[in-house]
Amino acid sequence: MPNLNRIRAIAGKEVYHILRDSRTLAIVILMPILQLIIFGYAMNMELQNVPLAISDLAHNHASRRIIQAFEQSGYFRIIPVAVEDFVPEELFRQRKAQATLSIPRDCGEERTQMLLKVDASDPNTAQLIQNYALGILGGGAKSGLLDLRPFILYNPDLKSSFFFVPGLIAMILVMICALLTSISISREKEMGTMEQILVSPVSALEILLGKVIPYILLGLLDAFLILGVGMLLFKVPFAGSFVVFLGFSFLYVLCALCLGLLVSTIAKTQQAAMMMALGITLLPTLLLSGYLFPIPSMPAVLQKITLIIPARYYLVIIRGIMLKGNSVAELYQAGLSLIVMTIVMLIVAVKRFKLRLI
Amino acid sequence: MIKTEELTRKFGDFIAVDHLNLQIVRGEIFGFLGANGAGKTTTIRMLCGLLMPSSGRIWVNNLDVAKEGEKVKKSIGYMSQRFSLYQDLKAKENLEFYAGVYATPRAEAWENTLPLLEQFGLKESLNMRTAELPMGYKQRLSLVCALVHNPPLVILDEPTSGVDPQARREFWQVINQLAFAGKTVLVSTHFMDEAEYCHRVIIMQAGKEVALGPPRELKQRFEVQNMQELFMKVAGGINAKLK
Amino acid sequence: MSIVKVEGLGISFGNLPALKEINLQVPAGGIYGIIGPDSAGKTTLLRTICTLLPYKEGKVEVLKLDALKDAAVIRAQIGYMPQRFSLYRDLSVEQNIRFSARLFGVNGKEYASTLERLYQFSKLQPFAGRQAGKLSGGMQQKLALSCALIHKPELLVLDEPTFGVDPVSRQDFWDILHALKAEGISIIVSTPYMDEAQQCDRISLLFKGKIIGSDTPAGILAGWKGHLYRLETDDPQRLYGYLKEDLRLGDLQLFGSDIHLGSEDALEDAVFEKWQKGCPALKSWQQIQPNMEDVFLKMMQ
Repeated sequence: MPNLNRIRAIAGKEVYHILRDSRTLAIVILMPILQLIIFGYAMNMELQNVPLAISDLAHNHASRRIIQAFEQSGYFRIIPVAVEDFVPEELFRQRKAQATLSIPRDCGEERTQMLLKVDASDPNTAQLIQNYALGILGGGAKSGLLDLRPFILYNPDLKSSFFFVPGLIAMILVMICALLTSISISREKEMGTMEQILVSPVSALEILLGKVIPYILLGLLDAFLILGVGMLLFKVPFAGSFVVFLGFSFLYVLCALCLGLLVSTIAKTQQAAMMMALGITLLPTLLLSGYLFPIPSMPAVLQKITLIIPARYYLVIIRGIMLKGNSVAELYQAGLSLIVMTIVMLIVAVKRFKLRLI
Repeated sequence: MIKTEELTRKFGDFIAVDHLNLQIVRGEIFGFLGANGAGKTTTIRMLCGLLMPSSGRIWVNNLDVAKEGEKVKKSIGYMSQRFSLYQDLKAKENLEFYAGVYATPRAEAWENTLPLLEQFGLKESLNMRTAELPMGYKQRLSLVCALVHNPPLVILDEPTSGVDPQARREFWQVINQLAFAGKTVLVSTHFMDEAEYCHRVIIMQAGKEVALGPPRELKQRFEVQNMQELFMKVAGGINAKLK
Repeated sequence: MSIVKVEGLGISFGNLPALKEINLQVPAGGIYGIIGPDSAGKTTLLRTICTLLPYKEGKVEVLKLDALKDAAVIRAQIGYMPQRFSLYRDLSVEQNIRFSARLFGVNGKEYASTLERLYQFSKLQPFAGRQAGKLSGGMQQKLALSCALIHKPELLVLDEPTFGVDPVSRQDFWDILHALKAEGISIIVSTPYMDEAQQCDRISLLFKGKIIGSDTPAGILAGWKGHLYRLETDDPQRLYGYLKEDLRLGDLQLFGSDIHLGSEDALEDAVFEKWQKGCPALKSWQQIQPNMEDVFLKMMQ
């Protein structure tokens, strides 16, 4: 049976470490805010002033309307190109234009076919350009050529923060929690203090639990910090209940901390622990959790791998809570997955954690 | 108090401790002497359960270490060569932490350590950060931390490296008092002259016992003036063989 | 002629003074020991002599050159072996030596002949291909020494070369140093082992950043004013209690089952006989010679 006194001793000591180590504390608090701001402005999906070359062979009322629509949208900047110079590939190569639009002579008649060419050397941008262009053209068509208000299916600015704030909470939480526990244990190995603890009758479970408990609070603090800053700076909505958010975030933080414990049973030094913790949290969370790329479009093998990425479940949960206002009823499955992963990792960590040296 | 039977520990092909048979009695100050890598630390780590022997058995307090590790751990106070204190904790917090780890009630822990703290002049420094304490004080605090649960057996792994001669002598004074109080003390050191402080010493070389007995008797038996010469005499042969 | 001259050297790290008012004259052609416990300032002193540390206070002259201004010239003429093992563990013995040789621009025939001489000293030739990390402690020290000697320096500075090495290898190492001295190399060596003082021609005792005594080892020992007695007993606890509590003697030290008693005045047998009546645990007594540690302790106060 784990002895509560011993767990309390270890957890209490850990709290002192946290409070005394102002640098780590600063990282834990400032890093999420900084990342949020950097991501927030760097991952801005809104495009502006995309250089667009237009070849207008119709020169009629309809074609001018279309060109005007592009001009007024604010997303495009029409660059003047002489007819003989209108060679899309050449314009792309010289970086004069990122997109070209060819308007045929029969513009304004039924079923006009226009050709939009987009420089897709950056596929993401290309995708956006295409979407905007189609939006403008489609809007133009719907409005019967009279009312040329650009009609966009979503507000790009809002959409990107909807998208990255929940993802960022998932990513930062798993990263920081895994780092904190793995480093705090490997540091004791390095300092030699672990040796002193191991000669006492303390058990692996007691050490691990004592290590995890203080960091749960720190992890939850981070969760609310990112959420708060996200809502304040980027106007992210929060449709669900804070209690549900707290509950599920607790599960996720616990899961991430146990991941850190697992790392610490493998890594011998702080440096190795740090590399390992970052390696197994940062990229997989970014790429395989459904954060940046939708899981259903991944190859089957990768889809299987996503099943063991905690962030995958948390993303479902947090997007559900924030955007859809989901409650426990809709989210319990994802929550269960997190619980199962946590228990498995804790058991493996306890088994692997050697109460001996070497 | 301690008995080992054919105690052996291998690391791969390397035999760190080679069929060691020891018997250490209550109230004794027993010294492990040898160079780095002679097997002192490995032996000590096996005695306090930090390492599993490759073969052989150990009894501490009539308990088989392999079977009743938990109980054995409770009866051992261990101080390692690196003074395993948390530098960012106050002296008092270090003490309370180790009391907690041994599940010793605070009141009892204070009772166990207060006389020592007074004797060591540590009582005034209890609220200082451990990092700010001078080396000699860290060493003493480390010893006190090893004694929070009032263990009958105290194991000290190179406790005096890095402290000045004055602090070293005072430290040994306390070790003697622990022995007077009936505690068994195991000490490892690579300062040969420190052997003189022990009741009995074992000299180890390449994992083996090369001499065992009270320092004075050993010096007489091998007809040498000091422990340095004794070591040269008993360990020289093995060294020559290794080459 | 002194090969190293230090005058009024003071060094602080932040607010922590590491060395205070150091005065030192190291004569050429001998072994000079810097003896003191850990954190006494030995490494700082040796690093300053090797021009590795800048200083603001005082003056350091090495080979008649200024340690601040002529660092490059000095470095080319001294060999330095840092504290602990500072070679490449993953390189072989010979690769380590060759690397040092290249750093000092020792090439071709000169390298070959020096290497051969070094192998004679160190007996490391059979292990030339072995990785340095896989050598025993004693052999690692010899390798480090070889690397420090590859450019035939006039002055060799060794920082705790025998720390943690077994006494047999330690004696081996000292034998090599004596041989080097016979070849005319000046050596400065630091050690925390008081008993190694006897191996040096002259020593300085360093404590808390100050030199508390400089002389020949014999001269230092002769400076001890007082008397030291060893009392043998079958019950050290009782005898210690008697001497300490009943007689209120201060200078007592337990050594296993012996007690060492220091006294400013010589003690007659009659005194001990009186004590024996008071405490029959006292079996015998004899006056003993103080060792370097006893003297060091006296000088510390």
